[in-house]
Amino acid sequence: MSNMKMSKLEIFNRKNVIMLFLLLLVYGIVQLLFQNQILNKFYMMTFILVCIYIILAVSQNLITGFTGQLAIGHAGFMAIGAYMSALVTVKLDGSLIAGLIFGSIVAAFAGILIGIPTLRLKGDYLAIATLGLGEIVRIIFLNTDYLGGATGFQVPKVINWTWAFWLMVISVVVIKNFINSSHGRACIAVRENEIAAEAMGINTTKYKVMAFAIGALFAGLAGAIYANYMYVILPGTFSFLKSFEILVMVVLGGLGSITGCIIGAGLMTLVSAFLANYPEMRMVIIAVLLILLMIYRPNGLLGNKEFKFDFLNPKKKGEENGTA
Amino acid sequence: MLLLNNIHVFYGAIHALKGISFEVNKGEIVTLIGSNGAGKSTCLKTISGLLRPKEGALSFKDDDLTVVDAPQIVARGISHVPEGRRIFANMSVSENLDLGAYLRKDKEGIKEDREEIFTLFPRLKERRRQLAGTLSGGEQQMLAMGRALMSKPELLLLDEPSMGLAPILVKQIFEIIKEINSSGTTILLVEQNARMALSIANRAYVLETGKIVLSGNAQELMATEEVRKAYLGG
Repeated sequence: MSNMKMSKLEIFNRKNVIMLFLLLLVYGIVQLLFQNQILNKFYMMTFILVCIYIILAVSQNLITGFTGQLAIGHAGFMAIGAYMSALVTVKLDGSLIAGLIFGSIVAAFAGILIGIPTLRLKGDYLAIATLGLGEIVRIIFLNTDYLGGATGFQVPKVINWTWAFWLMVISVVVIKNFINSSHGRACIAVRENEIAAEAMGINTTKYKVMAFAIGALFAGLAGAIYANYMYVILPGTFSFLKSFEILVMVVLGGLGSITGCIIGAGLMTLVSAFLANYPEMRMVIIAVLLILLMIYRPNGLLGNKEFKFDFLNPKKKGEENGTA
Repeated sequence: MLLLNNIHVFYGAIHALKGISFEVNKGEIVTLIGSNGAGKSTCLKTISGLLRPKEGALSFKDDDLTVVDAPQIVARGISHVPEGRRIFANMSVSENLDLGAYLRKDKEGIKEDREEIFTLFPRLKERRRQLAGTLSGGEQQMLAMGRALMSKPELLLLDEPSMGLAPILVKQIFEIIKEINSSGTTILLVEQNARMALSIANRAYVLETGKIVLSGNAQELMATEEVRKAYLGG
């Protein structure tokens, strides 16, 4: 606990400053390459999709990897965020920021509403219930003609690399801090052993719903970014296959590892983008990759370990309570 | 301090506790003994709020416990060491202990208590950075007890602390239970190992298929014919 206080006082420690510098460097290089048209529109889209999928994977990881709830309805929350933000930016002529905030908050609210009844279920039952609810969300949008229905909803493109990149960074930092807080510790305790967590005085339902709501909030944000980038949103995009895709990224990177699922999301998005020219081979190659991974690294690329940047901060080496 | 009166608990249609009444007084070690399926663990789970009684009264220090949920029961000073230890396997020993103090806000007090638990269980101190899942069975039991003590309970519920442990470790664990009791914590102990449990307890209740069939002073119970035959092997 005292560590948390210390790191709060040391926001500008060496590690964080270097991390910020590295992020600025990545952002700057990509931005420069676009401006000088060394990278074309296709790469631009791929990079922005990487950012969107990182937000989705990290938020799914909070629910599945850290709190241990197998929920497969992430595409539903993404759809809510996408449509609600588009509602604000297109129908109500609101600003982009208003759209992003409204989309995320409605998604979080939906997460609480759906979470309270379904999170009593466990394991496969929860998976089936959330899968069904995700599909219900999609079908509601499919039948709402005011929001375009099956023909899709036209949304002007206002998101650029700057927005996508920094929103992704903010999402990851917020979720990481949540996990490292005492709330996050409680969520992990729920995953590790629900009965023991309850016997310790942890209100397990509250933390499951909290993780679900925060996960939904960021899924909604990712949806909102997606909607305001893609020109048009179609209900079919948010089918249960999308939910599985997100879950695969998390499992690929490592359940319970933020850095792992960032790598997973990046890798999956890049692989499917570069195999876009061979659509018939794409799913085959991805399937083979996944099978190999499950045989040789059944816990995902990083397992539940984090890739740490502690070497940037040599002073803090002797720290106690490391969460390895 | 703890009072159960005519408690009935059901698992679906199964009537697990059929009108249990007993009490635990401050400073005592009370043990519930009985064979498999007698309802010993069910009793503890009902007291700590993991199960709800369908009928009957349950109170702790004159507070009605049937209307509060598990986290609040911990806050009122009852800590439960569940059967089979149930430690958080993928967390370090210190993180497990920190979670035991989850409801407490006094950082200084938590630190002191952690040191105290390390003096009670020196093995835990040696292994404080190790993942809890890699500890031996006995060490895991110590961790589960240490974790429960971190909430500073007035009443400690222990469910089968001897389960799966070598006889020498069982002895050690029971020594520690006595030590915890002598420093002021009241203990309600559920055990299959009736001989061990009766040897350290002040009073005992014998459960059989959801009912209390015998009760009394632990030493006296140990001498009775029924207990000797049924639980102590003649």
